[in-house]
Amino acid sequence: MIPLLSVDVAVIGAGPAGLAAATAARQAGAERVAVFERLGEPGGILPQCIHNGFGLHVFQEELTGPEYAERFVVQAREAGVEFWLNSMVLSLSAERRLSVMSPQGLVHVEAARVVLAMGCRERTGPNILLGGARPAGVFTAGTAQRLVNVEGYLPGREVVIVGSGDIGLIMARRLTLEGARVKAVVELLPYPGGLARNVRQCLEDFGIPLRLAHATLSVEGRRRVSGVVIAPLDETGRPVLSRAEQIPCDTVLLSVGLIPENELSRQAGLELDPRTGGAAVDERGETSIPGIFACGNVLQVHDLVDYVTAEASAVGRWAGSSQASGSRELALVPGGNARYVVPQRLSAGLVPPFTISTRVQRPAGASVVRLGGVVIARRAVVRPAEMIRVDVKPGDWTKVLAEVGSEGCLRLEVEEERP
Amino acid sequence: MSYPDVVVIGGGVVGAATARAFSRYQVDVVLLEKEPDLPWGTTRANSGIVHSGHYDRPGTAKARLCVRGNRLLRRLAAELNVPYRQNGSLTVAFTPEEAAKLSEWYARGRANGVPRLRLISGRTAARLEPNLAKEVLRALHAPTAGVVSPYELALALVENAVTNGVELRLESPVEGLRPAGKRLEVATPGESYFARLVVNAAGLGAEGVARMVGDETVALRPRRGEEYLLDKVYGSLVTRTIFPTAAGYSKGILVIPTAEGNLMLGPTDVPDSGFEDLFTTAEGYAAIAAATRRLVPSLPGPEAVIASFAGLRATSATGDFVIGPSPTCPQLIHAAGIDSPGLTAAPAIAEEILFHAQAAGLKLQKKREWRRGRPAPVRFRELDDKARAALAAADPAYRHVVCRCELVTEAEIVEAVRQGARTLDGVKLRTRAGMGRCQGGFCTTKVMAILARELDLPYTALTKRGLGSEIVVEDLARRGGEGR
Amino acid sequence: MSEEIQRFTCIVCPLGCSLTVTQQPGQAEPAVTGNRCQRGLEYGRTEVSDPRRILTTTISLTGATLRRLPVKTAAPLPKQFLLPGAEALRKVSVAAPVRLGEVILPDLLGTGVAVVATRGVPPGS
Repeated sequence: MIPLLSVDVAVIGAGPAGLAAATAARQAGAERVAVFERLGEPGGILPQCIHNGFGLHVFQEELTGPEYAERFVVQAREAGVEFWLNSMVLSLSAERRLSVMSPQGLVHVEAARVVLAMGCRERTGPNILLGGARPAGVFTAGTAQRLVNVEGYLPGREVVIVGSGDIGLIMARRLTLEGARVKAVVELLPYPGGLARNVRQCLEDFGIPLRLAHATLSVEGRRRVSGVVIAPLDETGRPVLSRAEQIPCDTVLLSVGLIPENELSRQAGLELDPRTGGAAVDERGETSIPGIFACGNVLQVHDLVDYVTAEASAVGRWAGSSQASGSRELALVPGGNARYVVPQRLSAGLVPPFTISTRVQRPAGASVVRLGGVVIARRAVVRPAEMIRVDVKPGDWTKVLAEVGSEGCLRLEVEEERP
Repeated sequence: MSYPDVVVIGGGVVGAATARAFSRYQVDVVLLEKEPDLPWGTTRANSGIVHSGHYDRPGTAKARLCVRGNRLLRRLAAELNVPYRQNGSLTVAFTPEEAAKLSEWYARGRANGVPRLRLISGRTAARLEPNLAKEVLRALHAPTAGVVSPYELALALVENAVTNGVELRLESPVEGLRPAGKRLEVATPGESYFARLVVNAAGLGAEGVARMVGDETVALRPRRGEEYLLDKVYGSLVTRTIFPTAAGYSKGILVIPTAEGNLMLGPTDVPDSGFEDLFTTAEGYAAIAAATRRLVPSLPGPEAVIASFAGLRATSATGDFVIGPSPTCPQLIHAAGIDSPGLTAAPAIAEEILFHAQAAGLKLQKKREWRRGRPAPVRFRELDDKARAALAAADPAYRHVVCRCELVTEAEIVEAVRQGARTLDGVKLRTRAGMGRCQGGFCTTKVMAILARELDLPYTALTKRGLGSEIVVEDLARRGGEGR
Repeated sequence: MSEEIQRFTCIVCPLGCSLTVTQQPGQAEPAVTGNRCQRGLEYGRTEVSDPRRILTTTISLTGATLRRLPVKTAAPLPKQFLLPGAEALRKVSVAAPVRLGEVILPDLLGTGVAVVATRGVPPGS
């Protein structure tokens, strides 16, 4: 007999999103809130993010990843959240039934509400068609981060980092501090993939070259990496092979983007948004299947953990309350420079404030954010690496409703202001 | 020094099938493999297609052995519990010229003895495969074609051979062959074997082995092929293996549903490649993407690619298999120049090698006891909750899911190590840990921990695929130990 | 003496403002523009006179399942001490248990800056 467990809220994943959502759900009145976590400790990716820079929004102080995690673990425990560690959710059904492999064996869980907080995974070499003979010494930046910071091993001595995502930038500094030589960070786009301050404090501080608008053609080496070949891009975005150069190294780190981990979401059959790679949700974070919510990086890839916490707390509150699902009659789609928008559905009768997040497709100067034609925010500068989060105020929402009526399709636009 | 009856050189699928075929008889057999694990050569990068046998000209060894191998392999896969699916194949024609070529192949297939082959209209093809390109005029449907996991097949053959008494020697590259009376001395770094008979199934190394006895009849011209594996999410776009009507030496660039439920795209065919050209290229992908989208327009883009790799076909200069005794050394029997349809033909090649062995004077008497089958390995990912719960109740190592993408448990990895896995790739080929969409991003460190524990090795000694492919270079904890 | 202008990205928060710091001859404090907060102003000033950073790294841990203990400097360190500081900490080892925030080294390389643990390692873990 497989034991059956009944809970009010089942949270999948004990990273920053899961911790905040579970705590909020308990505080909103849910009796039994259980978090299921594959790893042996809560915190998700935070324990390996030993650098500082977390918590400026949430705590107004600068914390390291382990410190940030610690605060939320303590909060969740104090709130009475039930932790299932070393417990992997094997399946999820639309009826909110979970199969979980736990240290006690397989258990079935039936949950009144489910919060998806599985986070994301890193894009790999094959994902970006990285050529070569698959030698040892190629790691995603996050895997290397775990090897160095948690397991305590140096992956290599001469490193090239492909892609300039934040984890790659952070690892450039980290490996330098551990005595490795980081020879270059190579970025396909003409601008960095990570935050500007990480370019400053992780690369410029240590004199690590950032090669923008360069393609990485191949990784050389048969058993272990012996080098990479890169080439600058011409105006049409094609690599100029005559200017290709070889950089000798024994290690390649990939920091080329993150993919929300929605395999369980697919099993449950909920609607996914191809633009975000995450679930299509309403203003409460509820997916197309009533009673299943999503938050954090499984919903959309965030730039800052503080925003994950804020989003997950709001979603957790809804999941923990006994309110009926929203009506979801308005569709929200991105326009202008906006690449995506979350939420993708809105209920006409919602009570503001609520939060809209988006990211732009390309960098731009002073820009306005419009919802259904109504300006809801302005930004001095917009960059693809940075998420734009706007709390829509009651007054603006009234104007939006007056513009579009209470049914149909709303556009969320980001547009550069003409000087 | 040892005196086996038979030494088989090469632990690819041909050497494995041959060793296993010998294991049924009362002969001492040693299987030599140069790598620390197997099958790491051409077999590893095989597409896994079990061909029906209509492609090769009647009278060739390829035609003869492919059709027979197709039948044998189906049975073998069942006996050894290797993932196999008889999914059939469709070779599609877009033009009247291609349609004429299909008719030629149909006739060829009939002559070769391929059962149930049929020519069908584009409309019938579209009914069978709704995602096939609308422009398909005609198709050749071969229901006996299938797909198998090539490395699992080779591993299972070796496991079964070892169960039946074959001695497997890893890290044993052959350094020399010398006639010694009626026997042939096979020198490896660790040991010399004086065998009555030696089988040259050395894959890309077969030419070198032949030259050791002054035999120049084996001339290899490697052809590199790239393959791209897609996320399982797209696994059901087609059911059958889709072939174009290819004009060149190879069967063209295909859409292959693998035995494990992925789609694989490829292979390219680059003639006159180097013996170590195991790299993938941007051009390779571009060619494959264009060719396969012509067959199945709804195929996803590069974002769906979870793994890419290249393999080298050990093509012979004659274009046909080279099977039979060496003209310069009757104790050496070649199974060389094995490219497509070599995987399909492997069990039939093994049969033929046994025939040559007998002709060379080796007496083959059946063993009284012989284990035909291999117990099915536990594949946690394929089980239902009830079976998973039962395993977990019996053994806590099943409660630890190590590879989340392919759902591989610690128990399966420990078993793989028991079966001989010493490296990350060895674990991967045996269990699929690290073969899924995150490509080991999450499980690499966990698999390393298990390998280190089971083999009692420091992390710095763990490799991806043998010496020179170490994964980490330094243990940070060994840098000194001043207290605070 | 002429005026000196430096441009760089502010690192005190993720906004990453582009700062311009101008030192006019004879003026005590340089002028900072491009910042959007007081902390940015202070950062701009110290960055040109006495640049400092928090150093985070790991040290060896014994007596626990965890092999590495993450640590940070309790205050920003003069920038030129980042690499020597990390190198010095590579040789430091501590035995579990450790409290979150526990001082590991009171004074890193004579800078007067302490090094503290950024996670707790309870006994028997």
